Amino acid sequence: MQSLGLEVLFKGKNFARLLGGLWTALQISLISIAISMVLGTLLGILVGRKNGIGRVLMRCYLEFIHIMPQMVLLFIVFFGTAKAFGWNLSGELSSVIVFSLWGTAEMSDLVRGAVTSVPVIQYESAMALGLSRPQVFRFVILPQALRRLIPQSINLITRMIKTTSLVLMIGVVEILKVGQQIIEANRKSSPNAAFGVYLTIFLLYFLLCWPVSLLARQLEKRWG
Amino acid sequence: MAKILPLYGKAAVLTVRIGVLGILFAMLAGLLCSVARQMKIPVLKQLASVYIELSRNTPLLVQLFFIYYGLPKIGIKTDPETCGVAGLAFLGGSYMAEAFRSGLEAVGKIQHESALSLGLTGLQTFRYVILPQAFAISIPGITANVIFLLKETSVFSAISLMDLMFTAKDQIGLYYKTTECLVLLVVFYLLILLPVSLLGSLLERRVRYAEFGA
Repeated sequence: MQSLGLEVLFKGKNFARLLGGLWTALQISLISIAISMVLGTLLGILVGRKNGIGRVLMRCYLEFIHIMPQMVLLFIVFFGTAKAFGWNLSGELSSVIVFSLWGTAEMSDLVRGAVTSVPVIQYESAMALGLSRPQVFRFVILPQALRRLIPQSINLITRMIKTTSLVLMIGVVEILKVGQQIIEANRKSSPNAAFGVYLTIFLLYFLLCWPVSLLARQLEKRWG
Repeated sequence: MAKILPLYGKAAVLTVRIGVLGILFAMLAGLLCSVARQMKIPVLKQLASVYIELSRNTPLLVQLFFIYYGLPKIGIKTDPETCGVAGLAFLGGSYMAEAFRSGLEAVGKIQHESALSLGLTGLQTFRYVILPQAFAISIPGITANVIFLLKETSVFSAISLMDLMFTAKDQIGLYYKTTECLVLLVVFYLLILLPVSLLGSLLERRVRYAEFGA
């Protein structure tokens, strides 16, 4: 029986280091998620308004972010802006910028979808009952829109957590990088470390995202 | 420029080839999973569920690292291209399965019952009544997944496939023409993704014609 390379994890602080790497990636996602949720909600409400040039710019931004792979966006911010503006963004900052831009676009789409999913008759009926505009929004539209929005935004959160694994490619020392370091350091003593380490990372991501997706599905079922 | 363009062209072809192969296998995996779950085939149903959860809740990059660097240690060796296709299929299978499932579930029970009462066999019902309707409903989900998976191909450079990302990074390293290389990168991705996105919305509109009661 070949060794599966799992023994590396129990050497020294290796497992704690892996968790530390995961935490680095998670920090980037949590900051970006917080920014995206706030900006995305604002943008989603505003983008429905009709005002010429702002609307066109908004659409361009949303379409570009939607169609470009996140890796390309990362490269543009990390390498492109460094050249164009002469500054030197750290990998962490670049990733927060990119994932916030991307998350904001996705979130604004969800918000817009949730608001427009409430049938027009709901507005009309509420108005006919004599509610003021803010009242209509607060008591009629918002409760219905939120039921649709919350599960979807939780799904977006898991997507953002998964996507942050890309920061490896611009030199941020996150969990995959730490994994590589551990494998390199133990090349002689446990040549099969790659299997155990990458399997562990795979399972760690799974344990992180699975409960969150279960929650989203639960809410969707209850409110659907 | 003249030196770089052919390299980008070759890289784009590679990206598309792996993308298309991976998506085809993903659709196959997705169809098998959704049928196994829909028909409630004992062991296969549970296996499909486990697979879907595992694949949906982990990043493609981590899956690729495991397939490319991890699996050879227990004797499963493959070249980068096969790895890329396998990784994309592994990730995409679950997303496709969800798209098919929502389509299958959206077809009313009465369609099934009416077809059976008209004397069609179970297989005929599935083939002529359920599937066409389910497919029409799944189309938006499927095209969204196709675009998503094509975008995901951008992480392949991590397993040393010479795709668009890899070429861009390589050229930036060689000539320091960062802006040019990045603009070309964006242009090539647009060339791949825009037609797919347009075709998707066209197809969506077209198929919607056939929808029952529309």
